[in-house]
Amino acid sequence: MAERPDAEPRTLFDKLWDAHAILTRDDGETLIWVDRHFVHEGSHHAFAMLKAREARVAQPDLTFGIADHYVPTRNRSAGISDEGIRRMVGQLEANCRRHGVHLFGLDDPRQGIVHVVGPEQGLTLPGLVIVCGDSHTSTHGAFGAFAFGIGASEVGHVLSTGTLWQRKPRRMGISVEGKLGPGIGAKDIALSLIARIGADGAQGHAIEYAGSAIRDLSMEGRMTLCNLSIEAGARCGMVAPDETTLRYLRERPYAPKGPQFEAAAAEWLSFQGDAGATFDKEIVLEARDILPTVTWGTSPQDAAPIDAHVPDPAAVPDAARAAHIRDAIAYMGLKPGQPLGDIAIDRVFIGSCTNARIEDLRSAAAILKGRKASVPGLVSPGSSLVKRQAEEEGLDRIFTAAGLEWVESGCSMCVGMNGDLMKPGERSASTTNRNFKGRQGPGSRTHIMSPAMVAAAAVAGRLTDARRYLDGDRS
Amino acid sequence: MKPVRRIEAIACPLPIANVDTDQIIPARFMQQPRAAGYGGFLLHGLRFGPDCEPLGLPLDSPERAGARILVARRNFGGGSSREAAVYALMDFGFSCVIAPSFGDIFASNMVNNGLLPARVSEDDAERLLGALDAGLLTLAVDLETQMISGAGEVVGFSVDPVWRLKLLNGWNDLDLTMSHRDEIDAWSTDYLARCPWVLPAAG
Repeated sequence: MAERPDAEPRTLFDKLWDAHAILTRDDGETLIWVDRHFVHEGSHHAFAMLKAREARVAQPDLTFGIADHYVPTRNRSAGISDEGIRRMVGQLEANCRRHGVHLFGLDDPRQGIVHVVGPEQGLTLPGLVIVCGDSHTSTHGAFGAFAFGIGASEVGHVLSTGTLWQRKPRRMGISVEGKLGPGIGAKDIALSLIARIGADGAQGHAIEYAGSAIRDLSMEGRMTLCNLSIEAGARCGMVAPDETTLRYLRERPYAPKGPQFEAAAAEWLSFQGDAGATFDKEIVLEARDILPTVTWGTSPQDAAPIDAHVPDPAAVPDAARAAHIRDAIAYMGLKPGQPLGDIAIDRVFIGSCTNARIEDLRSAAAILKGRKASVPGLVSPGSSLVKRQAEEEGLDRIFTAAGLEWVESGCSMCVGMNGDLMKPGERSASTTNRNFKGRQGPGSRTHIMSPAMVAAAAVAGRLTDARRYLDGDRS
Repeated sequence: MKPVRRIEAIACPLPIANVDTDQIIPARFMQQPRAAGYGGFLLHGLRFGPDCEPLGLPLDSPERAGARILVARRNFGGGSSREAAVYALMDFGFSCVIAPSFGDIFASNMVNNGLLPARVSEDDAERLLGALDAGLLTLAVDLETQMISGAGEVVGFSVDPVWRLKLLNGWNDLDLTMSHRDEIDAWSTDYLARCPWVLPAAG
């Protein structure tokens, strides 16, 4: 990305955009180059479009297949018993083979959720444009990449051309200053932010996260934060690369090695917004104001600190908002004014592209160690490599000793496509990203929160402040 | 893609905000190839009870049969990028959704399939929903003039100008991109020479 000494100061997003613009039409539509394209089982519509045009994948070396959405999480060695799911996984294998696309398939020891595997393998790098037919592609922005989810027609377009038409989004700067309290993390930042600006608060915007609390986050934390940018409606979220980014990337299999890495790293560190660059919208949060946060409703914006209460629609002046609250708490089976800490749960789920990396599993295990879960639950690591690492650290034994089920990696109960579903009316505490109606199964009721908060809910059998379990008391 | 100009048709109210794509089409229906038809899956959780009994939404009322225009509240189609949400609306018969705002990826998916996202103010959305609730059946949405008529005073709507042209002409991005093939090749050769680290190292 060449320096332009006389130009207007640019944000990081502006720089990534400019570096990938092949051409811009008079009407502002820009054809951008795509550096990485991840496909999964759900990409079958796009491969069918390619077939209909008898087209080939234009950039097979920049395209990677990963089986995650439909894969079974139990008893994999027996093969896939469900015919429809077997077809979905088989179609991905056949399409990747046909087009010379590398696949991390069901039997690959590196298999896992696309937004965990990409970074883990070093396929995700600073400065790249990364797309995937999955809205949580925003995750990869944690590395200072422009990463966003696209629909099937766009997947077909990227497969066919290696490019995509885009209109430049507006820019939103979000800074979080100060130090987060113990037991409070990226999930709490994200939910607090979405509660404040709304599920469409960042619509049409590219978010850049900055500030001392963001700098202090690990790559795992930054991924959680960028992952949830889409839940605020943003096109993407990103954090400028720094030493934390480089430390994570060194020695990753697909990242540059040795002198090539050092040369690339020097360039990556230059991917920063200019001093004086302006955003279309700016938001500042104070880290000290962020508390352990849970959702009570059916949209990620329906979030509040654990010591708060279910809102009373009668006290909300905005009629549309009041109607939403009324509908949401009826679906969730809650009462206005009920303390969030009184909500009893039926099960827990620890998994998903939002919160199933090693740091997430460690933080849940730290609370579950030596304790029993009072409800059943599933722990599905973000990737098969995360699973192996967790087993080497003994985390699996902490989860199973607590009474939770330790299973294989995939999207699992976050979206339920593989059959990991909740029963109608069941209530979960879940480390996932969407508390939409029916997301975890028809009639399911989802409360989303951090891994530590889910672990605490598992022990208490109800939503509770995880900080009460941070110390030694194992009673 | 079929061009969109004027849609005069039965309209259906869906007075709900934040109708996410998980609600538009629940994930469990998405294994089907498109040819199977996605219309029956549309808004399944809202339309049907636990035993698949219809819950009496206007969408399923006999007088709204054949509706091509849907009117909803803000942030319609947020969430998952699943284009199947657009297939479900189209296969059910819809050509246009009127709402105060749309999910970002969803709106692109709509336009890529020739489905019109017509953006109106929250007040106008409420006025249209009110008129439909009071028994109004038909609306006319004109993409050339960007006007909605049929519910008293004419209501203006906005749509991105690029999308408007694309819909009016039934243009497909892919044909356009293919015409720039040489530019893409030249650009990418230069780019990859300047930024060799972009290419994945051998795993």
